[in-house]
Amino acid sequence: MIGGLTIGQFIPGNSLAHRLDPRTKIGIVLVFIIVLFMARGVVPWIVLTAFTVLAVTVSQTPPQMILRGLKPVVFIIVLTVGLNMFMTRGEPLFRIGPLVATREGLAFGALMGFRIVLLIAFSSLLTVTTSPIALTDGLEALLKPFSRIGVPAHELAMMMSIALRFIPTLLEEADKIMKAQMARGADFETGNFLQRARSLVPLLVPLFVSAFRRADELAMAMEARCYRGGQGRTRLKQLRAERRDYLAFAATLIVAAVVIAFRYGFGHG
Amino acid sequence: MPIELQGVTHIYNSGTTLQATAIEDINLTIDDGDFIGLIGPTGSGKSTLVQHLNGLLKPTRGRVLVDGVDITARGADLRAIRQKVGIIFQYPEHQLFDETVAADVAFGPRNLGLPQDEIDRRVTAALAAVGIDEATAKRSPFALSGGQMRRVAIAGVLAMQPKVLVLDEPAAGLDPRGREEILGRIKRLHEERGLTVVLVSHNMEDVARLAKRVVVMHRGRVVMDGSPRLVFSRAEQLAEIGLGVPPMTELSRRLRARGFDVPSDLLTVDEAREAIIRVMGGRAK
Repeated sequence: MIGGLTIGQFIPGNSLAHRLDPRTKIGIVLVFIIVLFMARGVVPWIVLTAFTVLAVTVSQTPPQMILRGLKPVVFIIVLTVGLNMFMTRGEPLFRIGPLVATREGLAFGALMGFRIVLLIAFSSLLTVTTSPIALTDGLEALLKPFSRIGVPAHELAMMMSIALRFIPTLLEEADKIMKAQMARGADFETGNFLQRARSLVPLLVPLFVSAFRRADELAMAMEARCYRGGQGRTRLKQLRAERRDYLAFAATLIVAAVVIAFRYGFGHG
Repeated sequence: MPIELQGVTHIYNSGTTLQATAIEDINLTIDDGDFIGLIGPTGSGKSTLVQHLNGLLKPTRGRVLVDGVDITARGADLRAIRQKVGIIFQYPEHQLFDETVAADVAFGPRNLGLPQDEIDRRVTAALAAVGIDEATAKRSPFALSGGQMRRVAIAGVLAMQPKVLVLDEPAAGLDPRGREEILGRIKRLHEERGLTVVLVSHNMEDVARLAKRVVVMHRGRVVMDGSPRLVFSRAEQLAEIGLGVPPMTELSRRLRARGFDVPSDLLTVDEAREAIIRVMGGRAK
């Protein structure tokens, strides 16, 4: 009933992308997103596309998986292309009523849509190749320098990993409660908006009650094992940057350099 | 109102890498007035099986007939089926949500679209059947004890007035007194109202004491099906799949191993006492 969530799903594997340090991967994705919005001209777009294809290949992710991840944003892409097509001034292509589609608009919209595709495809690789635990470890390590200025790095990472850990548990719980209420004749699927919203009460109340109970139990279990925050805490798995991490990050920086060079250097002068 | 399962197979996440066959080729008929104990090790497919009895899950292959009607067919009236076949899941107290006990129990009958006086009548009857008094009925379900909450949740299903009652570990996590209370009430419902009962349990003693028929599942298949006496006489086979026998059956096995002439298929304490007195009596005098 609930399921089919592919965005953010980790697929265990042993590819080069899986073995990279989570900090490297977070860094690469950040740099990629920034330069993606700086790209201008044909060459940078080809480079960025090639880099995405290379990343997908290296991570050994089945392309269908990436396509499925794109499904939820299809609407946004269509809206982007459509709006740009009609809202940009230029050479008219065709018109629907008072709306005029322009050649420039179509080109600009298509580019924007393609940007979203690359954005989602590339960043989904991060969660596909990195386990939630590694991801939060990486985030914590990257945020650590900011703890001097009051950013609670460890606490944020702990909250995030707890939240991630409980997503499947709560989904399972929701499924169970839904079935129990359906066994009592509840109907979650028909009726107008208001009726449907009301029909969720018998699902949401028990779900919240159980979430609070679980939170309480978890807090107790953590305290029973003397958890007291991040201070002086050592880790079982130390993050260590290897040669491949430096190489991967260097490759990303080269791509970034090309994009930036084309924007500010040659091409526009 | 018999329930018939014909070649029922259920595969979770079919067609993905997480594909898992939970039950395979199940053929089972549940007759009117039966009391079935469904046992099997964890992960043997018991819970998946019972969810097919009222259409909460649809089989990947095979058919489920309730009263001769194929409930897996398109357009089957699932609400009518769920009224006839009531399922009480493990820890049913986790499904309580309404402001008062009475309102929560009324949830099922309200979904059936019954008139208010009929709903009230059913709520009162269902709460009485599980031994919840009127003062408690006006309280919030979240203010009750664990055993009381469990009984309120069971009343919520009884208020649907099902003909078949399926219970998944109804006594799990209760103290011995709460356990007796719940099981005693289920037994009475079966005897006095002729309710067909399917009891999923890990407690062999409860199954031996209550069930008329025991169905054993292992790795998604029915591996034994028969009277408790017959099933529990095959202790070695049960041990192989990780199940035990009732304590009294185990006692009789050990007594026989030491040369005492007691029957090998004792199930309850009463039977065991009589058999032992007989043997001792023969020796003492």
